[in-house]
Amino acid sequence: MAGRIRNITVSEASRPILPRHAKLKFDQTRQVWVLLAPERVLAPDEIAVEVLRLCDGVRNVEQMVDHLAAKYTADRGAISADVVAMLQDLADKGFLTEAREKTS
Amino acid sequence: MSPTEANTNIAGVDPSDGLAVLEQRGSVAETFGIPLAVLAELTHRCPLQCPYCSNPVELERGGSELTTEEWKNVLTELAEIGVLQIHFSGGEPTARKDLVELVQHASDVGLYSNLITSAVLLTREKLSALADAGLCHVQISFQGNEPVLADRVAGFKGAHQKKIEVARWTRELDLPLTVNAVMHRQNLFQLPDIIQMALDMDADRLEVANVQYYGWALRNRAALMPSVAQIEETSRIVEQAQARLKGTLEIDYVVPDYYALRPKKCMGGWGRQFFNISPAGKILPCHAAESITGLEFLSVRSNHSIAWIWQNSDAFNRYRGTGWMPEPCKSCEFREVDFGGCRCQAFALTGDAGNTDPACTLSPMHEQIFKLAEQEAAGGSNRFLYRNFAGGTLEMDGDNGA
Repeated sequence: MAGRIRNITVSEASRPILPRHAKLKFDQTRQVWVLLAPERVLAPDEIAVEVLRLCDGVRNVEQMVDHLAAKYTADRGAISADVVAMLQDLADKGFLTEAREKTS
Repeated sequence: MSPTEANTNIAGVDPSDGLAVLEQRGSVAETFGIPLAVLAELTHRCPLQCPYCSNPVELERGGSELTTEEWKNVLTELAEIGVLQIHFSGGEPTARKDLVELVQHASDVGLYSNLITSAVLLTREKLSALADAGLCHVQISFQGNEPVLADRVAGFKGAHQKKIEVARWTRELDLPLTVNAVMHRQNLFQLPDIIQMALDMDADRLEVANVQYYGWALRNRAALMPSVAQIEETSRIVEQAQARLKGTLEIDYVVPDYYALRPKKCMGGWGRQFFNISPAGKILPCHAAESITGLEFLSVRSNHSIAWIWQNSDAFNRYRGTGWMPEPCKSCEFREVDFGGCRCQAFALTGDAGNTDPACTLSPMHEQIFKLAEQEAAGGSNRFLYRNFAGGTLEMDGDNGA
C-alpha cells in the first residue's frame, strides 16, 4: 500500500535516499545545484550537496560520516552531529526518506 | 496555485525572496531572471463547470490549442532558458490526448513536472503511464468533503467519488499528492472535514485556497463571498491544523484579499518571477491577465523567443517593478513588498489596471469594496453561474451537478 515512512528518525544506521519526488540536479543557467520538490526549489549549500549526493540508499550515515571525516580530516563527532541534523531537517520536510525492503 | 518559491533552509538561510537568493549565486539571467516554474495551460476544455474557474470568461476553443509538436518545442525552450519546473494545468490537462507524451518530453529535457488536475478523466492505466513518463507530483482539486455539495459546485455528477479514487491511485503509485481545496461561503463549513480527508488520503500537502475574484469568480461573487466571521474562523482552523500536523501534512493558506489590510504580492510581482502559457501559446504574466483589455500578449507562435517575450514585450514591462506606479503606491513603504497588489483585480474593480489594488486599505476604493463584500456575503443568492464555452449557464433549482 501507499505510504512512505513519515517522520523518520535519522541515525548513523540510516540509509537515506531521495524520494522520487525530490530531484537533485545542477542548474546550468544559474550554475548552482538545486533540489526540486513539489512547489519548491531549494538551493542547498556545497556541503549539503556533497552529503545529498552520498544519499544513495546503500550507504548508511555512519559510512557517509567516515568518508567526510577522512576527506576533510575533521573531528568525526562534530561531522556526525552536523550531518545527522541536516538529514533530519530534510527528512522532516519530506525531501529524504529511508531505503527499506519492499514488504508487500 | 502557489508560485514556486526557492528556499535555502539547508544552508541555514531564510530568505524572504528565494528567487533573489538563486539570482545572486551568479545567474546569467538578465534584469528579470527566468522563472523557476512555469504554468502550462494545455487546454481550456474541462468536464467540470466550477463557478470560480480561473480561466478567462472568453475560453479558447480546442481548435486554437498548440499542437503536440508546438508544446514539445515550448518545453525544450523552457528547459534551455533555465526553467526548472513545469505545471501542466488547464482547463483539464488530461483532456489532451497527448499528455503522456508531453510529460515524457518534459522529463527528457530535464523539467520537474507537476499535474494540476480535476482527476475526473483519469484511469488508473493513464495515471500509471504518466508516472512511468516521469511525472513528479499530482495536485487534485476538491470542491468539498462529500459528494452532494462537491458535485453541485463542480457541476458534474460523480466528480467527488472519482477524485477520491484517483487520489488513492496516486498514492498507490507512490506519487506525492497535493489536495487543492477551493474555499468560499458555501463550503467553508466543511474545512475541518476537508483537512481530515486530506490526511485520510495520505496527501503531502493541502492548499486551502480561498477563491480569488476575477473572471468567472467575479461573476459569481455574490454566491461565493464569505463573511468576515467565516474567514476569522477559517484562519483559526488552519493555524491550529498547521501546528497539529507539522511534519505530516503541509498546509498552505491563501487568504481572501477583500478582507485583508494589505494586498497580496500577486504572482510575486507582475513579470517578476512567473509566467504562464495559454492553450493558444500566449505568454502571460498571470492566468487572468487576458482579462485586462489594451495589453497585447505575444504568443510562442510569433517570431520571438519565449525569453525575448519575457524580457522585452510591452505587456510584461507595462507593470513591472515600481516605475509604473501612481500614488498611493509610488511613495508607499510597501511598494516592493506587494508591488501594488493584483493588476487584474485593479482592472476588474476600478477599470484601470494601473490603479492601486482596491484590496489595499490605502486605495480610495477599499472601503466601498469591503462594504460590498460584506453585503454580498450576508445577502447574496447561492445560485451559481456555471462555467462553460457558452458564456455560462445559471444553476437551475434542484440542480445537483447536472
